[in-house]
Amino acid sequence: MSTQAGDVRVGVDIGGTFTDIAVQIGNRFVTTKVLTTPRAPEQAVMQGIAAALAEAGVSPGDVDLVIHGTTLATNALIERKGARTAMIGTEGHRDTLELGYEDRFSEYDVFIEKPAPLIPRDLRFTVPERMSARGEVLRPLDEAAVAALAPELERHQVQSLAIGLLHAYVNPDHERRVRDILAKRLPGVSISLSSEVCAEVREYDRFSTTACNAYVQPLMAGYLDRLSHQLRGTGLACPLYLMLSGGGLATLETAMRFPIRLVESGPAGGAILAAGIAAESNLPRVLSFDMGGTTAKICLIDDFRPQASRSFEIGRIYRFLKGSGLPVRIPVIEMVEIGAGGGSIASVDALKRLKVGPESAGAEPGPASYGRGGIAPTVTDADLVLGRIDSRRFAGGSFSLDVEAAKSALEREVGERLGLAAIHSAYGVSEMVDENMANAARVHAIERGKTLGDRTLIAFGGAAPLHAARLAEKLGMDRIVIPTSAGVGSAVGFLRAPVAYEVVRSRFFRLAHFEAATINAMLREMQDEARAIVATGAPGAAIDEHRHVEMRYVGQGHEIAVDLPLRDLTADDAPFLRGLFETRYAGIFGRAVPGVEVEILAWSITMSASVGGTAVDPPMPADSHPPATDRRRLFDGLLGEYKEVAVHWRETLAPGSRIAGPAIIAEAQTATVVSAAFDARIDRFGNIVLERNS
Amino acid sequence: MTRNDPTAAIHMQIMWNRLIAVVEEQAQTLIHTAFSTAVREAGDLSAGVFDPAGRMIAQAVTGTPGHVNSMALSVGHFLRKYPAETMKPGDVYLTNDPWLSTGHLYDFTVVTPAFKKGRLVALFASTAHVVDIGGIGFGADGRSVFEEGLCIPIMPLAEAGTLNKHLFSIVESNVREPTQVKGDLHSLAACNETGCRRLVEMMDEFALETLAEIAQFVIGNSREAMMLEIGKLPKGTWHHAMTVDGFEEPIEIRAALTISDDGIHVDYDGTSAHSGYGINVPFCYTDAYTAFGVRCIVGPAILNNAGSLAPVTVSAPEGSILHAPRPSAVTARHAVGQMLPDVMFGCLHRAMGGGTPAEGAASLWGMPLFGGPGIAPGTQHRKDISRFTVMGIMAGGTGARPRQDGMSATAFPSRVRCIPIEITETISPVVVWRKELRADSGGAGRQRGGLGQTIEIGLTEDAPFIMSAGTMDRVLFPARGRDGGKPGAAGSFGLSSGSLFKGKQKHTVPAGERLLLELPGGGGYGDPQQREPSRVADDVRLGLVSPDVARQDYGVALDATGAVDETATEVLRGNG
Repeated sequence: MSTQAGDVRVGVDIGGTFTDIAVQIGNRFVTTKVLTTPRAPEQAVMQGIAAALAEAGVSPGDVDLVIHGTTLATNALIERKGARTAMIGTEGHRDTLELGYEDRFSEYDVFIEKPAPLIPRDLRFTVPERMSARGEVLRPLDEAAVAALAPELERHQVQSLAIGLLHAYVNPDHERRVRDILAKRLPGVSISLSSEVCAEVREYDRFSTTACNAYVQPLMAGYLDRLSHQLRGTGLACPLYLMLSGGGLATLETAMRFPIRLVESGPAGGAILAAGIAAESNLPRVLSFDMGGTTAKICLIDDFRPQASRSFEIGRIYRFLKGSGLPVRIPVIEMVEIGAGGGSIASVDALKRLKVGPESAGAEPGPASYGRGGIAPTVTDADLVLGRIDSRRFAGGSFSLDVEAAKSALEREVGERLGLAAIHSAYGVSEMVDENMANAARVHAIERGKTLGDRTLIAFGGAAPLHAARLAEKLGMDRIVIPTSAGVGSAVGFLRAPVAYEVVRSRFFRLAHFEAATINAMLREMQDEARAIVATGAPGAAIDEHRHVEMRYVGQGHEIAVDLPLRDLTADDAPFLRGLFETRYAGIFGRAVPGVEVEILAWSITMSASVGGTAVDPPMPADSHPPATDRRRLFDGLLGEYKEVAVHWRETLAPGSRIAGPAIIAEAQTATVVSAAFDARIDRFGNIVLERNS
Repeated sequence: MTRNDPTAAIHMQIMWNRLIAVVEEQAQTLIHTAFSTAVREAGDLSAGVFDPAGRMIAQAVTGTPGHVNSMALSVGHFLRKYPAETMKPGDVYLTNDPWLSTGHLYDFTVVTPAFKKGRLVALFASTAHVVDIGGIGFGADGRSVFEEGLCIPIMPLAEAGTLNKHLFSIVESNVREPTQVKGDLHSLAACNETGCRRLVEMMDEFALETLAEIAQFVIGNSREAMMLEIGKLPKGTWHHAMTVDGFEEPIEIRAALTISDDGIHVDYDGTSAHSGYGINVPFCYTDAYTAFGVRCIVGPAILNNAGSLAPVTVSAPEGSILHAPRPSAVTARHAVGQMLPDVMFGCLHRAMGGGTPAEGAASLWGMPLFGGPGIAPGTQHRKDISRFTVMGIMAGGTGARPRQDGMSATAFPSRVRCIPIEITETISPVVVWRKELRADSGGAGRQRGGLGQTIEIGLTEDAPFIMSAGTMDRVLFPARGRDGGKPGAAGSFGLSSGSLFKGKQKHTVPAGERLLLELPGGGGYGDPQQREPSRVADDVRLGLVSPDVARQDYGVALDATGAVDETATEVLRGNG
């Protein structure tokens, strides 16, 4: 994508280790990586922006927009370094946060520890009150009891307060009243209401989300406030937008109120990048594949929109094990994350099973071939031995890799135990990590009712281009796109995001008892809420609206999202809604179920406005067949031996270049393996496109 | 794939991983299309792939250990009635016979043969708990299986792609929620179909004509791995016994666990005779929970299949409650069956000289609530009240572990999830007024048992309602502690106004009254006097243990600020 000439936009992604900056000046990109400064993250941001602007030759006053995403909120939750937070609930329900779903996340392991509740029991208070599921008052709020809590909360030096009352998503009156009473008495304490943070049915999920929001709010509000002051102080007077986990942008003010919506903003940037490339190249069915040092993230993208979800788990105690973290219900881009990256460690267990990951060697000590003290063989070591990585040019040639160290680590930890040579061990490690990723993608697709074979794979992140071809072979996919500047994918992705906000409300209805007037009134309220937020962020821009409902057959437990037309509903619309649902249901599960009633659980409105410039449309290039820059021995799994293949240097390839597989296309941060099953070409946007040869 | 390839072993492992992904897809399809709450919210299902001889090669990891062996053995029963060579593409078979599938009429097992180029290459099986099966409804009140509902012998659900319409009309006429039950039968067939499709794709990709080689690899390796684990244990026989509440009288479960060079054998000789009510356990379910209990301690990381299951064998005297004869009533078989893992822990603790958790609440309290015109006494002419049936699924505390406290309000050995209060209240007039941890219910110990919970339930309407106590155990005999740990608190249930209900039958909660449930806690581990005083002080500060119990059971005195009073504690602990 590109913008109008003169338009200068800055994307900032704060990760755990690096802060990435991408400056876009018209069609030109300047990118920088600086070390994150965890105690005052704004320092790295200011330093990185200054460096990138200097390199780009742009003065701060010329910047039109800064877009920022960060994992700071996630890290505070994982490391439990948030504010001292208390919770106020309905009398009789002090322990909702601790009881959860009363389940265990591991079938056979009787020695698990469940995650401790974010707010400990002595900071969980209750007040006499009760709403019914219809929002009627079963027991009035005892206001004196609420007021009496104020000194108690002060004594506990509470900095932030989560208010979560039963059925507040239907009737928030009591929650609001509790807030009003306590806000007056406790100035300076942040307050989060469950009816505002997450107005959805299911108390544990709603309260957990509210608790997480309250827990990170003082920290995030403080940081964002400091950052915006410093930006303005250095002459960056332009608007600052925050990337949300759902893939849209929000204003500073919204981000400060609902910081929980920022948790997955980094990975969301990658998915936005893939969705943007899909739109440019008109690829309506895509699987995005982001593989870095520690994990791989896989996301389904249909019709240029990443798969959306409303639930997510933070801080899984047992990495990647569902149920071992804290649930949050916010709009997120749905991704499956597995412990498969360049640093994933290979080992052979007592049962002689080869395992790869989820443990990672990280950057320190790193893979055996880094020569920094790592002795365990990793995926990167396997890639090196297989001939996919050039030992002299790794990471832009900043240091060279030790092939012999990689070989001996593989021999020692894998080969000797399975009776394989180093090369076959390397092949086994690579096959296993690819199979793990393929299986994760398969199960993820079926959970979402999707197929994979007809998709294009868009691969980015340091390790993805090395593994994309084999992954595509395993998933039966025929086309792969490797975008340019994939190394800072998230920060570049931020620059493509629209200003967007989703409002979700639970309102349960059987279609037989559909009350159009109530729903229309509620939808209008939701529209106003979302539009106000988006209009502040993108004044004057055209606002797009998208509506959907969550529906299911009466008696089922899993809803499916059904798109709604943008109009008022009438009492006669019940059969129309049923028709929409059944078409969608049959599309996912094969056939509709006759004779069963249909119900609606939740309503969602998303408003979005584009803040980007207009895209340019480069011409179709003429074909060319450039000569190889080099040749290298690459292991061929089907032949079971090395084969010499052509190596091309990516920056020398003009649009229209065609390269037959097997080959390697190398670049500073990674290399694309073109397997024998694929041929490559450079498209008019500069992307590498791999297509299956006949 | 080349057979002489040095990487053949790697390919075998990759195919094994793929088979697991195939059965996971099969299970996910079932969860997403099922109607039954037990399947979709709680995960009460299983799914697996079998070789043509009926040996299980892979099973999805789901919420129900109770299906572990029982579904695995069930496929053998199908093949005996319909031999593999008689099966045709498009055939689907089913049964809910408690003795041939998974222990009660509510579980349907569906088996589908998979064909490649016209040749039967595998069988897919799946099991799901349906919402109703007719008869007297869910509970332990039945006197024989005939009262408990409709029993379908092993028969075709579809033949060569044509659905068995007669079967569907019989189901329709016999159950209270026919569309949902029929919907679940469709879901079971659909998930097996997904499995068949993915399997054939996989065989194409790896150029396999049969699964014989991969099946042998999986089963052989798993068996070997399991034997390796068993080989690390001392040889001999160890005994353990447990008394549980039962229905008409307490039940004694006696187990002898023998570790030998051939594997582990568990025998239940000496166990009480079967009951006259629906808490009897068909042998398949006994086998399943026994194997599960053993496998939690011995080889927990080894995947489930015919190879890993074979080294653990089980026997129980016919006619005992753990080998209940036809036509015993069996609906609430889990009330007794879910105690078996704790019995196994008792045996293995002796065998290994320690290392297993104390007893926990174990049997999940699954409590249906019914109401509406004509349901509770005196309501047949009420037009102002709503008809409802909701299922409460509630867990007590788990037993303390050698180095960790027990888990509060957590399901074990089952791992099903509870249903959110806001969902229950949305679909019924039920109001859950209270649901909180129950202080002092965790057994005292160096490691404390998990806490049970206190639950109070009423209605928004002025009407009586019925509760069924069929699965509520550990009321008379609480979870025992281990190595000096104290027992967890016993459970109880009755009215908030004070009177207690007795027994596993149905009880009526009068209009305007509330039902009060106190769920049992887990047993403690080790001498409570050895618990670090600061941890006792933490428990008191959090309201999990009262100051009185801290003093009496733990020998810890606290000062006015809640901090440990060191001197007084020394005196209480007899060290002063």
